[in-house]
Amino acid sequence: MGDLFTLPVLLGILYSGIRLATPYLYAAIGETFVQNSGIFNLGVEGIMLMGAYVGFFVGMTTGSLWLGLLGAALVGLLMGLLMAVVSVTFKAEQGISGIGLHLFGMGLSSLLFKKTLGGVESISGFQPIKIPLLGDIPLLGDVLFNHNLLVYVAFLLVPIAAFVLYKTTFGLKVRSVGQNPQAADSLGINVAQIRYTTVCIGGTLAGIAGASLSIALINLFQENMTNGMGFIAVALVYFGSWRPGGVLVGALIFSFVNALQLWIQVKGINLPSDLAVMMPYVLTILALAFAVRRARQPAALSKPFERGEN
Amino acid sequence: MKSVLFRLSLLVVLAAVLVSGCAPAAAEPVTVEVTRVVEVEAAPVEVVVTATPAPVEEEIFRVAIVMPSSITDMAFSQSMYEGLLKVQAEMGGPEKMEIAYSEGMFKVPDAAAAIRDYASQGYNLVIAHGSQYGTSLAQIAPDFPETAFAWGTSLDTFQAQGITNVFAYQAEAQEGGYVLGTLAANMSASGVLGVSGPVEAGDAKLFVDGFKTGAMIAKPEAKVNISYTGSFSDVSLMAAAAETHIAAGADMLTGSSQSVVGAIGVAKEKGAKWFGAQWDQTNLAPDTVAASMVYDWTGVIKDMITSVKAGVMGGKAYTLTFKNKGLVIAYNPGVEIPADAKTAAEAAIQGIMDGTIAPLSGPKQ
Repeated sequence: MGDLFTLPVLLGILYSGIRLATPYLYAAIGETFVQNSGIFNLGVEGIMLMGAYVGFFVGMTTGSLWLGLLGAALVGLLMGLLMAVVSVTFKAEQGISGIGLHLFGMGLSSLLFKKTLGGVESISGFQPIKIPLLGDIPLLGDVLFNHNLLVYVAFLLVPIAAFVLYKTTFGLKVRSVGQNPQAADSLGINVAQIRYTTVCIGGTLAGIAGASLSIALINLFQENMTNGMGFIAVALVYFGSWRPGGVLVGALIFSFVNALQLWIQVKGINLPSDLAVMMPYVLTILALAFAVRRARQPAALSKPFERGEN
Repeated sequence: MKSVLFRLSLLVVLAAVLVSGCAPAAAEPVTVEVTRVVEVEAAPVEVVVTATPAPVEEEIFRVAIVMPSSITDMAFSQSMYEGLLKVQAEMGGPEKMEIAYSEGMFKVPDAAAAIRDYASQGYNLVIAHGSQYGTSLAQIAPDFPETAFAWGTSLDTFQAQGITNVFAYQAEAQEGGYVLGTLAANMSASGVLGVSGPVEAGDAKLFVDGFKTGAMIAKPEAKVNISYTGSFSDVSLMAAAAETHIAAGADMLTGSSQSVVGAIGVAKEKGAKWFGAQWDQTNLAPDTVAASMVYDWTGVIKDMITSVKAGVMGGKAYTLTFKNKGLVIAYNPGVEIPADAKTAAEAAIQGIMDGTIAPLSGPKQ
């Protein structure tokens, strides 16, 4: 066991954990906006897959990763818009339409992959950028400040999202729409407009989450490559009590423990691999059970707003 | 109002299911090549009225396969699909042998439905290409005594349960693992090898165990670090596993399952060498993949077809080995492999073939 907690291992966990957390951060921060406005979008996974595909395909065919990123954001926005039409305008059951959106994204991305790429190929994704000065800090510099752009942006999103949600008028409107849409409506806030905006923000970020995998971290596209990340992102929003800071803590715990369990195996510590693989999930559930206050859930979460009802 | 909304949401779900239904990932069987050719060919047979006896029109042999990942997964599913294509070409093309496939069947109930569908459509041979499909197959096979089934990787043909129309097949992946381990240990400068497997079971575990044995016999001082991700499809975790191995000093990496594409990307980025399993993975990273253990199922497929045509519908268990040429080591000419490493690997293959080396324990005394 003493072999495990050496400096190189801890630095390795830090490095891998930061990379693993990146897609979760985009997707879960996006979903934080969505859920704070009272919409429950379970289709994040499907949007991520479409984002991953479009980011990769556009990046590869045009040779521009930026266009790929833009494409992923756009397709995310469009799928967010679709979810908003269904859940806000048509007031559909959100859990069901979210599952529909997931299946839609999964099926369409697989179909397009088959028709356009046919097989797994890799591209050269966003390269690591070493931040001047900070990147030169001994040991930690390389681990914390030598990542690709999308990793930095994911972590920067946390304070930005917190600022927008808690320090701006827009954020106040989002939260009031999520807590009590009737009251917000009576005060002249356009509930539908706010919800459309947040669901589109969530979609865009989920699209970028997918692209962070396909053109920045893993640099290839494979069918169903997100492998359930979108659902974990939705769970992280609950874990984080609908606050960006909490989401960050959840994403980091999950990712660090995942990185740790890989090291436990690599170091040959005598623990069955099945148990090691379970660790991040078990720990997240334990943390959820013991540490999280449930009181902060937006009161109107997943309830369609009907003017004049209640 | 509510019911209208409910219907609308149902519509969206239906539309989504439809789209995902169009994708190859769904239960919809996809037929490769055209079967229409058969109808065209059948016509002239009736017109033949000359003295010469009418040519016996050999009936088309119809094979269907249900597989967990895609036909382009660079691993398990692709190896079988390409084997079928090769046999099809040898038999005379799609007019002689039809191939239908369903891919992306990670969910066993979906796969079971597809297997049943193919059987009731009268396919001669239905292949359930995944050890997870075994239980379902044992329930389906007795209902279709006219259809031959095959599944793997396993050696159980369910004869003990009184079932006679199931073939089983398995790859002795530990043999290929042993050879690649020998090769990797001889090529490694750091003396550390990293293995990232999917689930600690089946041929993945055989491969990993063989790899470790081969490496340790070749270089007793070598260190072989092993990790499993617990998933056949988690590309992201597989990439993280490869990162971890490299951070732990490994310069030679291997792994199996379709999720290794993530790990190969990491190896390429960090300048490590990769050893492929199940299929030749050179295309993905031409400077990184040193050699691959390739599954060649053509011998197995051909024997099954011959058996079925002769009326034997099952009961045989096949294995892929170096000896029966079902296992092949494909070297990548783009990566320089030192002569002594290659010699050691070839000696290992020879030793396994003539039985002087046991791939899970080493040379026999």
